[in-house]
Amino acid sequence: MEKLLEVKGLKTHFFTSGGVVKAVDGISYDVAPGETVAVVGESGCGKSVGAMSILRLIPDPPGKNMGGEILFQGRDLLELSDAEMRDIRGRDIGMIFQEPMTSLNPVLSIGRQLTETVEHHLKVSRKQAMERAIELLGLVGISEPERRLKQYPHHLSGGMRQRVMIAMSLACEPKLIIADEPTTALDVTIQAQILELMKNLTRELGVAMIIITHNLGVVARYADRVNVMYAGRIVESGTAEEIYHNPKHPYTLALLRSVPRMDQPRGAKLEPVDGQPPDLTKLDGGCAFRPRCRFATESCAQAQPVLEEVAPAHISACFEKDRVGLTAGVTA
Amino acid sequence: MLQYVLKRLLLMIPTILGAAFIIFFILRVVPGDVCELKLGGDGGHYDPVQVEICQKNLGIDRPVYEQFGKFVVGIFTFDYGNSMDTGKPVTHEIGLRFQLSLQIAIMATLVTIIIAIPLGTISAVYQNSWIDYIVRTVSIAGIALPSFWLGILLLLFLLNFSDWMWGIRWSPPLIYKPIWEDPYHNVSQLIWPAVATGYRYSAVATRMTRSSMLEVLREDYVRTARAKGLLEKLIINRHALKNALLPVVTVIGIEFAFLMGGLVVTEQVFNLNGLGQLLVHSVTGKDYTMTQAIVMIIVLVFVFTNFMVDILYAWLDPRIRYS
Ligand SMILES: Nc1ncnc2c1ncn2[C@@H]1O[C@H](COP(=O)(O)OP(=O)(O)OP(=O)(O)O)[C@@H](O)[C@H]1O
Ligand SMILES: [Mg+2]
Repeated sequence: MEKLLEVKGLKTHFFTSGGVVKAVDGISYDVAPGETVAVVGESGCGKSVGAMSILRLIPDPPGKNMGGEILFQGRDLLELSDAEMRDIRGRDIGMIFQEPMTSLNPVLSIGRQLTETVEHHLKVSRKQAMERAIELLGLVGISEPERRLKQYPHHLSGGMRQRVMIAMSLACEPKLIIADEPTTALDVTIQAQILELMKNLTRELGVAMIIITHNLGVVARYADRVNVMYAGRIVESGTAEEIYHNPKHPYTLALLRSVPRMDQPRGAKLEPVDGQPPDLTKLDGGCAFRPRCRFATESCAQAQPVLEEVAPAHISACFEKDRVGLTAGVTA
Repeated sequence: MLQYVLKRLLLMIPTILGAAFIIFFILRVVPGDVCELKLGGDGGHYDPVQVEICQKNLGIDRPVYEQFGKFVVGIFTFDYGNSMDTGKPVTHEIGLRFQLSLQIAIMATLVTIIIAIPLGTISAVYQNSWIDYIVRTVSIAGIALPSFWLGILLLLFLLNFSDWMWGIRWSPPLIYKPIWEDPYHNVSQLIWPAVATGYRYSAVATRMTRSSMLEVLREDYVRTARAKGLLEKLIINRHALKNALLPVVTVIGIEFAFLMGGLVVTEQVFNLNGLGQLLVHSVTGKDYTMTQAIVMIIVLVFVFTNFMVDILYAWLDPRIRYS
């Protein structure tokens, strides 16, 4: 199938006084049209930086692209001029951020914030943009859209604001939506509603989605494929099914053990991932996960494991991947 | 919104009363009065009988609370009494100078706004570029230079420049004419003190705009605006500036009120009969009614400016408007 997005060897580093932070250090993955790809990993592993690098929204300085390609519909986004990039942002690729409380402008009305994208990209009149805004609010399940348009973000609850963000990202019928932890800041019940809404809308409208999360439960239900990130790299990638039932990287395994699962007995013990995430300025030539890994051997310090196929469409970067498994892990 | 405005208006009353109280009693803490000063010779000797008559005429022999009551009633009925020095109603004397001071304050504030908001914004948008360094240097200089000194420099420059350009030495007119009588004359006189003081105040406001803007540019909603693909110009003007202006409005408001009575030396340099000069004279002459009236008018301007700032705030920020 023709790919919508191909990320190849993308590197984004931050040059800070404390050293070079290799926040994203050579990640590669594809997104097919209409597909939902989840990116999971601990806080600080580079999920947001990886996603925002696609839209070139990383502040420079201190951030800098250090190589790679981002092919969107065959065009390398890293080669585009600023003006060409602006045409893609908000029109072909929409973005939803984590914090609905701060991601909307407090002094502009909901209507203004919805219409400006439409007016800018589709070059329609204010009136047509308003009609589109009303349609969009209806689409994301907001009642009385005409009244809402005149309101300001502080009038809305967190869940409502996130619905507005979703409406905004869909405004110009994009091909891809990047959602950076869209539900982390919301109540559990609202989380489910928002995720359901996003799933339905992307299916209906045929929009592809990259959804960033640290909730593996989300992954299982809503994603087609999963990229597991650790210390700026993808360490495992496969279908949601495979990752969930047949993890082949010790980190993925540890992540799975740390969350409750439907398919485990109720009393099963939850184990948080031991140890601290590594300092991204001080990575050596070996596997970054080895200090926390219970499968680690001598060779893990010698070289970085590369991604290798463990099953069809399932890759893992671990020297010991054959020993890793949901049952094997318990005794290892 | 209407409720908000009414609330603000009502809040003005206790502020004014409190200020009146403080002004009135602080003035009377200083020993001596206008009669002793007027009738006393060089050695400070005076005839007690004469002084008593003088005090009776001016009403300062009455109990303090009675004088205070009269003063407070006067504030709201706009009757500030007669000057203890000249005997004429103080409002007459103040009226002329109020016009002049108000005009300078407005012009200086305009100068401030015209300089501060664009420069502060550019400086923040191009943080750490050469533009930013120039703006920051210029505004540090503005804070360091007293405006009367800048005024002197301006006058000297005008004299020499006109001499060099046209062979005649030109300096701003010395006599004040209201703007509706002779706008050209009026503006060519008052623009220079307005620039001299406006530059200094703009320095503070520029720095404020810059730091406020820098903060806003890091906000999530600015990132959202970028992710929508909007033009940078629109992001700055529509998304960032309105948020960044909130603290700047306060600073400019406070400055405006200060300009009304605080320009004593600058007025001297430009030979202007403004409120500042009158205030200093009335204080040294122990002309209580005059001092009280001027300070009270400055207070009223302050309170009114604050009110306007609050209204502007509500206009800029819907969170205030709808609470
Ligand atoms: N502007 C910046 N300057 C310096 N370092 C940065 C900057 N932005 C991000 N980083 C660093 O890049 C790394 C990855 O950050 P990122 O925000 O992508 O993490 P994340 O995986 O999204 O985490 P979270 O789950 O907390 O959102 C972190 O170590 C962070 O400190
Ligand atoms: Mg993040």
